[in-house]
Amino acid sequence: MTDESSSPGLDPRGDAPRNREEEVHRLHRWESSAAADRRGGDIRRHTDVSTSAALDIATRPDPAAPLTSVAQSGATGRATTSGPGRARRRRRRGWSTKALGAAGVVGMLLTWELLPVTGLVNARFMPPASEAIGGLISNFGLTDFWVSVYDTMRAWALGMIIAVVLATVLGFIIGSPTFLRRFTNSTIEFLRPVPSVALIPLAVLLLGTDIESALMLIVYACFWQVLIQVLYGVADVDSVAMNTARSYGLGPLARIRYVIFPTALPYVMTGVRLAAAVALILAITAGLIIGTPGLGAEISRAQSGGNYVSMYALVLATGLLGVLVNLVMRMIERKILSWHSSVRTEVAA
Amino acid sequence: MTYIRTSLHIVALPLILIFIWFLATLGEASFFVPTPQLLIETFFETWTSERFLSDVFPSLGRLMIGIALSILIGIVGGLLIGSFRWLRALLEPTLEFFRAIPPPVLIPVIMLLIGIGDEMKVSVIVLGAVWPILLNTIEGVRSMDEVLADTSRTYGMNRVNTVRYLILPSAMPQIMAGIRQSLSIALILMVISEMFASTEGLGFAIVQFQRSFAIPEMWSGIVLLGLIGVVLSFIFQLAERWILGWYHGLREIEQSA
Repeated sequence: MTDESSSPGLDPRGDAPRNREEEVHRLHRWESSAAADRRGGDIRRHTDVSTSAALDIATRPDPAAPLTSVAQSGATGRATTSGPGRARRRRRRGWSTKALGAAGVVGMLLTWELLPVTGLVNARFMPPASEAIGGLISNFGLTDFWVSVYDTMRAWALGMIIAVVLATVLGFIIGSPTFLRRFTNSTIEFLRPVPSVALIPLAVLLLGTDIESALMLIVYACFWQVLIQVLYGVADVDSVAMNTARSYGLGPLARIRYVIFPTALPYVMTGVRLAAAVALILAITAGLIIGTPGLGAEISRAQSGGNYVSMYALVLATGLLGVLVNLVMRMIERKILSWHSSVRTEVAA
Repeated sequence: MTYIRTSLHIVALPLILIFIWFLATLGEASFFVPTPQLLIETFFETWTSERFLSDVFPSLGRLMIGIALSILIGIVGGLLIGSFRWLRALLEPTLEFFRAIPPPVLIPVIMLLIGIGDEMKVSVIVLGAVWPILLNTIEGVRSMDEVLADTSRTYGMNRVNTVRYLILPSAMPQIMAGIRQSLSIALILMVISEMFASTEGLGFAIVQFQRSFAIPEMWSGIVLLGLIGVVLSFIFQLAERWILGWYHGLREIEQSA
């Protein structure tokens, strides 16, 4: 126990509890071992370098989330950057932050616009930003563009569904008995780092240049992302909760539904969010290299045809698609985990 | 006894899988799947000869340069962006967009701008692998303990010492998390960049084997890539244990308390 458990009233952060309910909640948290609670509640974040690090393709945590970095709480044993004072300050700063961010984007676009105009870069190979954006906007009116977006996103969605279902089912089976987890550990650790692009030649040979080979790459890459998270999630089940459920006479299925599943769900969602980014990369890579229909194939066609403006427009489109996928996945995660303490504190802050 | 049991745990499943593979390829030889013996023979034949110097060596060199550059740029840039709030606000949306672009689509762009030499491949690796390190460093610097920061300021630590003894150590766990992701991204991009307009390298070799229907050789290339991935993650774990030893120790104490 750290010093904070003995004297909760003298909180060094100075943000005194505003009402009774909150205070009760705080006291309760301190009683049930503050450090462990905070850690456990905040699993979506970088709580454990060795676990989340291994898997995280996009560890970039939500900028809006309260910061309880392990590094900082490790140093003095308490979180210092949360609390109402900080939230108020942040709100005041919100406007200038947005303005600066917009200025950054405009500055980047201006640099891009000016580079070819001044002749620093060959304008043929790097058309100015205005042309590329114009190309992108005119793409929005073309059926062909939307068909290739549809093709890419179909491969993305199908691959994600297959990978997530497979990994979740297998993860729950492997993760529960200790014996199976130890038995499969070496194999999983060996197969996981195998880069999925190594399978490209195999996919071409076996499945040709249709959506199936894109699916094979996507499923392989996403499967490990999700599986590892599910395994960590299943291993994280609180033994007291498990024993309680057992002594209350919950059957194996009920235990999975009411104890293991809620514990593992935040981990699963992290895995799914990471897998979504990886799946998009592979869906486009497959088009680029193998030629499965989609945005990737369009980019490689535009490049070999010398149509560089449309190539840049398509690259911009993939970036927008990436941002969109990230936003949507974050939203879904927040919605599904709205009951979880890490999301609840985020809303309160 | 426990040693025997753990080693049994480690080798049992791989042995079973290889045995199944052996049985499955016993009958008529499948064109697409070589037998285990053939694969092992081909592996040594293919990769121990001059191919190691002509294909594997340049690939690994580019990979190492790419990773080193990514780490350098990521940490230095992250320290800068993380330390100044206005800089972070200025660059955050732009970085967010660049990170969302799938790195492979940058290959055609970079091919146009830089050409198809080694520089192109290294810059593709850097452009893909730098983001996790950069963003994690920013996040690590940002989430620094304010009490520690105030203390070091009160004690009059100069800038160099602050970075060396305060900022870097407290951001290190997150930086290492970023590096770990970057390793796998860098390996993937190494392979992909060699599949475009290339005459040597692992990625090129594997695609060439596939196009000439040299199936066992192609498989051996896939196995070699897998081995490189495994070795990389092993080296990383050693480095992490060395660099973050203090941190894991701290966490163990905290958790047992």
